[in-house]
Amino acid sequence: MLLLMEKQGLGLGLEITELRLGLPCGEPVEKKEKKEKKRVFSEIQAGDDDDDENSSSEDRKVQTKNQVVGWPPLCSYRKKNTVSQTKKYVKVSMDGAPFLRKIDLAMHKGYSDLALSFENFFSCYGIREALKDADNAEHVPIYEDKDGDWMLVGDVPWEMFIESCKRLRIMKRSDAKGFDLQPKGSLKGFIEGVTK
Amino acid sequence: MAYTFSFPEEVLEHVFSFIESEKDRNAISLVCKSWYEIERWCRRRVFVGNCYAVSPMMVIKRFPEVRSIALKGKPHFADFNLVPEGWGGYVCPWIAAMACAFPWLEEIRLKRMVITDESLELIAKSFKNFKVLVLTSCEGFTTDGLAAIAANCRFASFIFLISQVLNLLDFNFVFELVLNKGHKFESKLCLCLVNLRELDLQESEVEDLSGHWLSHFPDSYTSLVSLNISCLGNEVSLSSLERLLGRCPNLQTLRLNRAVPLDRLPNLLRRCPQLVELGTGVYSTEMRPEVFSNLEAAFSGCKQLKSLSGFWDVLPSYLPAVYPICSRLTSLNLSYAIVQSSDLIKLISQCPSLLRLWVLDYIEDAGLYALAASCKDLRELRVFPSDPFGLEPNVALTEQGLVSVSEGCPKLQSVLYFCRQMSNAALNTIARNRPNLTRFRLCIIEPRTPDYITLEPLDSGFGAIVEHCKDLQRLSLSGLLTDRVFEYIGTYGKKLEMLSVAFAGDSDLGLHHVLSGCDNLRKLEIRDCPFGDKALLANAAKLETMRSLWMSSCSVSYGACKLLGQKMPRLNVEVIDERGPPDSRPESCPVEKLYIYRTIAGPRLDMPGFVWTMEDDSSLGLE
Repeated sequence: MLLLMEKQGLGLGLEITELRLGLPCGEPVEKKEKKEKKRVFSEIQAGDDDDDENSSSEDRKVQTKNQVVGWPPLCSYRKKNTVSQTKKYVKVSMDGAPFLRKIDLAMHKGYSDLALSFENFFSCYGIREALKDADNAEHVPIYEDKDGDWMLVGDVPWEMFIESCKRLRIMKRSDAKGFDLQPKGSLKGFIEGVTK
Repeated sequence: MAYTFSFPEEVLEHVFSFIESEKDRNAISLVCKSWYEIERWCRRRVFVGNCYAVSPMMVIKRFPEVRSIALKGKPHFADFNLVPEGWGGYVCPWIAAMACAFPWLEEIRLKRMVITDESLELIAKSFKNFKVLVLTSCEGFTTDGLAAIAANCRFASFIFLISQVLNLLDFNFVFELVLNKGHKFESKLCLCLVNLRELDLQESEVEDLSGHWLSHFPDSYTSLVSLNISCLGNEVSLSSLERLLGRCPNLQTLRLNRAVPLDRLPNLLRRCPQLVELGTGVYSTEMRPEVFSNLEAAFSGCKQLKSLSGFWDVLPSYLPAVYPICSRLTSLNLSYAIVQSSDLIKLISQCPSLLRLWVLDYIEDAGLYALAASCKDLRELRVFPSDPFGLEPNVALTEQGLVSVSEGCPKLQSVLYFCRQMSNAALNTIARNRPNLTRFRLCIIEPRTPDYITLEPLDSGFGAIVEHCKDLQRLSLSGLLTDRVFEYIGTYGKKLEMLSVAFAGDSDLGLHHVLSGCDNLRKLEIRDCPFGDKALLANAAKLETMRSLWMSSCSVSYGACKLLGQKMPRLNVEVIDERGPPDSRPESCPVEKLYIYRTIAGPRLDMPGFVWTMEDDSSLGLE
């Protein structure tokens, strides 16, 4: 009974507080259902309205079964410490896009995974086209690290990147005059990952 | 002519003093009346597996000279939030009774019980020789109660295990009290705080807890044996900690919390190179060569270190710092560490002495394969899910990982494995590889998942487990299962003591197989299975040979519960139903939850409004 109330209550709350503009690329209904299901049993993260940025979520099967109390059988301490550990949300802005998004870096396995997320979010704003042409990419992904410096995405190992990344920005190449923006190593792979 | 063979009592008592296990002691007491008498007067440790199975007075009457008592309260499924708040498990009547009867009580160990500040104060006041308090997964008290213990307990082997919600928490305050009295502690002080389920600190309290309580350890205090602050959220004063560690040569266990930065760990380790068990704090920082070499050197200096845990927020490039000690490691708990498989493989390959590994499923099949290749002495493996509520696998961990370990680790006895797919073939292989398994808990995350290859139920796979693992004591089932699996369990699970079942079975026949076949069954817990009245009523007598049976979201009717309660006076049949009184619904209506346990204490009197104990015939005056 408690479960039922929880589910209803959460459902109502989410609908009221979500900011949605009905973007042309839209969001499939499944994502919302999936989010509600997830929220019933994971700890609610503060300010976490944008729970649909998981890049592979479009590929995920959607099951409308009901999750149940006490399953899987993990004690609360472990649930709390495992689930919360896997969240590392950072803001992502793209030049030309009116809204920022939030991405959970910890949910991504690497740079190509991240590129897919970008594609997901910003495809309506031309990133797909921009990144197709790696050498002349119109946009360049950069990130702000712990020291407040803006760095090119892709230079350091992925784990180190997650550790130090505070926010992301997809910058117009034209704004980065005078810098050698030849993508090396991982960044090249990053861009290639998107264009596959 | 009867042959009487009598030793003086003192001799028998002396002989009995070498017998420690409860089982053996119970056996001794059944030999003859005089042995019963002698044994009961010299029993010093009592374990009560269900606090409602017997009354405090009964224990006191039979064993007047107890020095150590252990009590368990709520059913195991309370760990997964299946037992509603307020169900019971109150220790107060025990403390009250023991306060009068056992003035020399030294140890109290409680698990899943409710203990109030008043009880803690009573403990502090009543037992002059009190040494050990262990609270695991308990609730109901505040720091006032802890402070009372700290303030009044003169003797020092003093263990706290706190694993639940603490209200009005102020560790600073508690520890100041403990440590101000520290000079009164005459021998070793063990101070452990582990496994806090929730630390309910509000913003302001977090800031106030500066952690300077450590500096209150007097300079003369040198007796610390174990310090475990792994679940404290706040920062502690590292300089105080360093000083404390430096003067406690007996320190064996140190478990730090997340707030202790990695670059300070070497200094801490240097102060206590005799450490046997270490839980690190956060395990990442900027990658700097001098920090790394400092850390590596500090680890190398700990020649006795056998157990590692912690590893919060791991930066993999720092893992090699522990390589110097890996060859001695027997226990590794990485179950909160996000470390990718490749890094885990490098680490584990250097730990040939490993007996116990707890890890997240980031280890993947490849990592388990490496484990099987490197750790030939492994006894226990636990693999926890990194993304338990995700709908799709996030890691490449399948049944194959467990198969590899079963092949490569001949001494493997205990398994807890969360995964997303399983096959009968794999279970069969595991069973044949490892007939020495004693604990096998498999959790396929999605309920009712079939064999992913054949799409059949996993009956034969689990059947193979029980058939080949003749000493299996504990089993947890998952996946798609019919009554068939229970037939196997009833046929082969002769040594099985604890069985956990969820989303399984087709009919009462399943339950009947288990109750009629498992000769040594003590604890049975079932949820979301289509088991009803017939099996339960047909095997009523069996229930008296078990500690307890839990059934929730099954199909047992209220009528059957009433009947069972009537016919079995030595069982408490508790109906737990938050929808309201069961007799407001038809008798055929299934109850939400059912908890049946044997007892010689009669129905309990401390039930909340949503629990009803079915009355037996004697109380109805029908016999």
